Amino acid sequence: MRTLHQFHGGVHPPTNKTQSNQKPIAQVVLPSKLVVPLHQHVGNSARPSVKVGDHVLKGQIIGAPEGRLSSAVHAPTSGTVAAIDMQVVAHPSGLSDLCITLIPDGKDEWIERKTHDWHGMQHAELRHLLREAGVVGLGGAVFPSDMKLYSHQHKIKTLVLNGAECEPYITCDDLLMRERAADILQGAEVMRALLYADEVLIGIEDNKPEAIAAMRAAVAEGKHERMEVIAVPTVYPGGGAKQLIRVLTGIEVPTGVRSTDMGVQCFNVGTAYGAWRAIAHGEPLLSRIVTVTGNVGNPQNFEVPFGMPVDELVAQAGLLPGTTGYIMGGPMMGFRLPSEQVGVIKATNCIIAMSDALFPPAPPALPCIRCARCADVCPADLQPQELYWFSKAKNFGKAQEYHLFDCIECGACSYVCPSHIPLVQYFLFSKSEIHAREQEKQAADRARERFEYREYRIEREKQEKAERLAAKERAAKEQAAKQVPAVEAPVQANPENTLQLKIQAAIDHAKEQAAAVKPKNVENLTPEQQAEIAEIEARRERIRELAQSNVETPKE
Amino acid sequence: MLFAPFISKPLNVSQIMFRVMLALIPGIALYVWYFGPAILVSLTLASVTALAVEAAMLKLRDRPVAPFIKDNTALLTAWLLALSIPPLAPWWLVVVGTAFAISVSKHLYGGMGNNPFNPAMIGYAVLIISFPVQMTHWLTPHGLGQVELTFLDQLNFIFSGMLPPGVTLDAVTMATPLDTLKTQLHLDRPIQDIMGMPIYGRLAGQGSEMVAWGFMLGGAYLIATRIISWHIPVFYLGAIFVTAGIFHLADPAHYATPLFHWFSGAAMIGAFFILTDPVTGPTTPRGKMIFAAGAGFLTYIIRVFGGFPDGMAFATLLMNICVPLIDAYTQPKVFGRKEKKA
Repeated sequence: MRTLHQFHGGVHPPTNKTQSNQKPIAQVVLPSKLVVPLHQHVGNSARPSVKVGDHVLKGQIIGAPEGRLSSAVHAPTSGTVAAIDMQVVAHPSGLSDLCITLIPDGKDEWIERKTHDWHGMQHAELRHLLREAGVVGLGGAVFPSDMKLYSHQHKIKTLVLNGAECEPYITCDDLLMRERAADILQGAEVMRALLYADEVLIGIEDNKPEAIAAMRAAVAEGKHERMEVIAVPTVYPGGGAKQLIRVLTGIEVPTGVRSTDMGVQCFNVGTAYGAWRAIAHGEPLLSRIVTVTGNVGNPQNFEVPFGMPVDELVAQAGLLPGTTGYIMGGPMMGFRLPSEQVGVIKATNCIIAMSDALFPPAPPALPCIRCARCADVCPADLQPQELYWFSKAKNFGKAQEYHLFDCIECGACSYVCPSHIPLVQYFLFSKSEIHAREQEKQAADRARERFEYREYRIEREKQEKAERLAAKERAAKEQAAKQVPAVEAPVQANPENTLQLKIQAAIDHAKEQAAAVKPKNVENLTPEQQAEIAEIEARRERIRELAQSNVETPKE
Repeated sequence: MLFAPFISKPLNVSQIMFRVMLALIPGIALYVWYFGPAILVSLTLASVTALAVEAAMLKLRDRPVAPFIKDNTALLTAWLLALSIPPLAPWWLVVVGTAFAISVSKHLYGGMGNNPFNPAMIGYAVLIISFPVQMTHWLTPHGLGQVELTFLDQLNFIFSGMLPPGVTLDAVTMATPLDTLKTQLHLDRPIQDIMGMPIYGRLAGQGSEMVAWGFMLGGAYLIATRIISWHIPVFYLGAIFVTAGIFHLADPAHYATPLFHWFSGAAMIGAFFILTDPVTGPTTPRGKMIFAAGAGFLTYIIRVFGGFPDGMAFATLLMNICVPLIDAYTQPKVFGRKEKKA
């Protein structure tokens, strides 16, 4: 039996998972349109590779990865590209982003799917395949997976698969593990090979006995070696990567250090599943499991194509009256969707329809009574009451001293606060304020450097000019002395002479400079180029004439 | 709700304070059992005063009255102060003490959550310094006094200062067990003799030791329901035990047992109800230990070597001063960071 470790704090909010985990994963009825954002992952936005009016097949790339850290976006079904424009996307900011609107043709016609046997493949090839298949972290971070599947000096010992799913209401990973355990484990094998990792630890919170059983059965059935399914205690935020790594391995990943440097890499179970589908079945990431719950008559999990508008999705779960809005993600860390028409994206694990009965409005915040319940539950061992104090006073230096940036924004502190203070919002405010000031400071630093350099340059040029002048003066003196040796004391006696010499020197200098800046590319032109220039000149002339005539004959 | 988390734990300030008051009930019940219902009069007086002053101060400070008056903090302060004052004290003593606690030591410092000193203990300190005589009207427990006052007699005395004909104040009140011990020790009587006096029970004062048990019971409920953490009671009582134990072992004839100090005066109510006030106490676990141990040590020193009958209130206030310093130096290690070298 493996000894599990603990992390500090944590809370036990009502899990509210049974509403949605009783039924199998359902397929959605294809919506009337799909609004697929091109930026669904960490890194550079994908570049649209189709035009309005194009007919695309299911699985066809419609957004190509751009740059090193990026991922592809695909057509979730066959249909016609209706628009490529800015649309409101599922992001707390409520800002718009470039989206491809696809009208499904209802045929759901696939592109040619290439299956691969990964055993014979180069690692670079596998990574490229994952990138082209748009596989990103489905736990919510949506970091391109190919970028995480490197092993520097084979230092990684453990691959952790995260099936903890600690947020209340969400059951998408639970159902995925119950129904598709074998594929998840196959994906884990590929990941293990890419990482040169030794063991695979699959952490699942002990409130999901069916998923644990299914995964254990699949491990035995697939004869996976050095792969262990571990039931971890149900405590929020036990599914945080650093928290889960701590519980499973005892390793406390230091601040500012990647877990890979400590020999551990962590993936969500959904990501492993997606990777396997892409490699073994040639199916890029087109859909994901989304829990639809809350104020709906039929809460359950759906396999949802990306871009499906949220209102059409919740309608299929039987939206109930009295819905006041939608949370994307869980109630602890999710956010309210800016519009019900936004499309489901790779980060959408759950949609909760809100109602006043399920989520009553918070009573007004009272002053902090320093009860430190927040500190008791903080998984990062912070003192939220102190951070709150400093944030409120805008004492950002002190807030950083008390390790504001170690806050993982899990919301456990806000959850327990008996004064109902929105602590996390204060911390987000402080963080953004500090970032803004940092940027301002950097900009000011750059401006100051530029200014100082300019001052230095002007000063230097002045000096050089003065030196040049002095040198010329000396030269002029010598020349004058040579030319009129008979005349006594010519320089002193004839200051106009030196002045003229100086002027002459300046004119010569100007001429030289003018010659130096003459355009060089007009020399050695081919006859064709000369002809072209002539043509352009003629065109210009004509335009000028036309403009002239327009001026002469004003509007009638 | 507009932002995550969209759910919150169903425990608010008002409920926390209410549970603390609930936990005071066993102690109060035993108080009534052993000393009669006069204490209920002071509790009522203090409560009414506290609510009135709280409302007036909120109005003056231009704050919403309703949400703050419902938070129960003023009521709790009132109860703690009333329990620290002799039940037979004149009515205005309770009113003045409570009014001062709520208006000056709470609201003038910024209201709930911002007061550096425990308001109830400030109220007590003001009274004991300003009205030392009235603060000695402690009731004798049932069966010990020469005369037993009826509830009406008690009421009459509290509001008008009149005793039934032929009854002197000395006949119905007594010095506290702590005070008596001090006086008797000055008369060079050994502890063993003094403890044989009728006002002493098994561990400490007759009756008052039972009230202390009541507060301990309430405190256990608070720890069990996680309204307070164990750190402060354990370290406070521990520090008293160790300090008293050292002196007692060194000279048992002149220094009372540690258990006597536990069950005398305000030690129990202080350990579970007064020092555990979150606003005026430290927030870190290590800080709580230091704070409580310091208060325990000071309580003993003031009791035994100081001029006041009990040391609890002054020990609390002295340690309240140190809270910002204690907090700053007891920050726990942050996840993923190395232990900070002090």
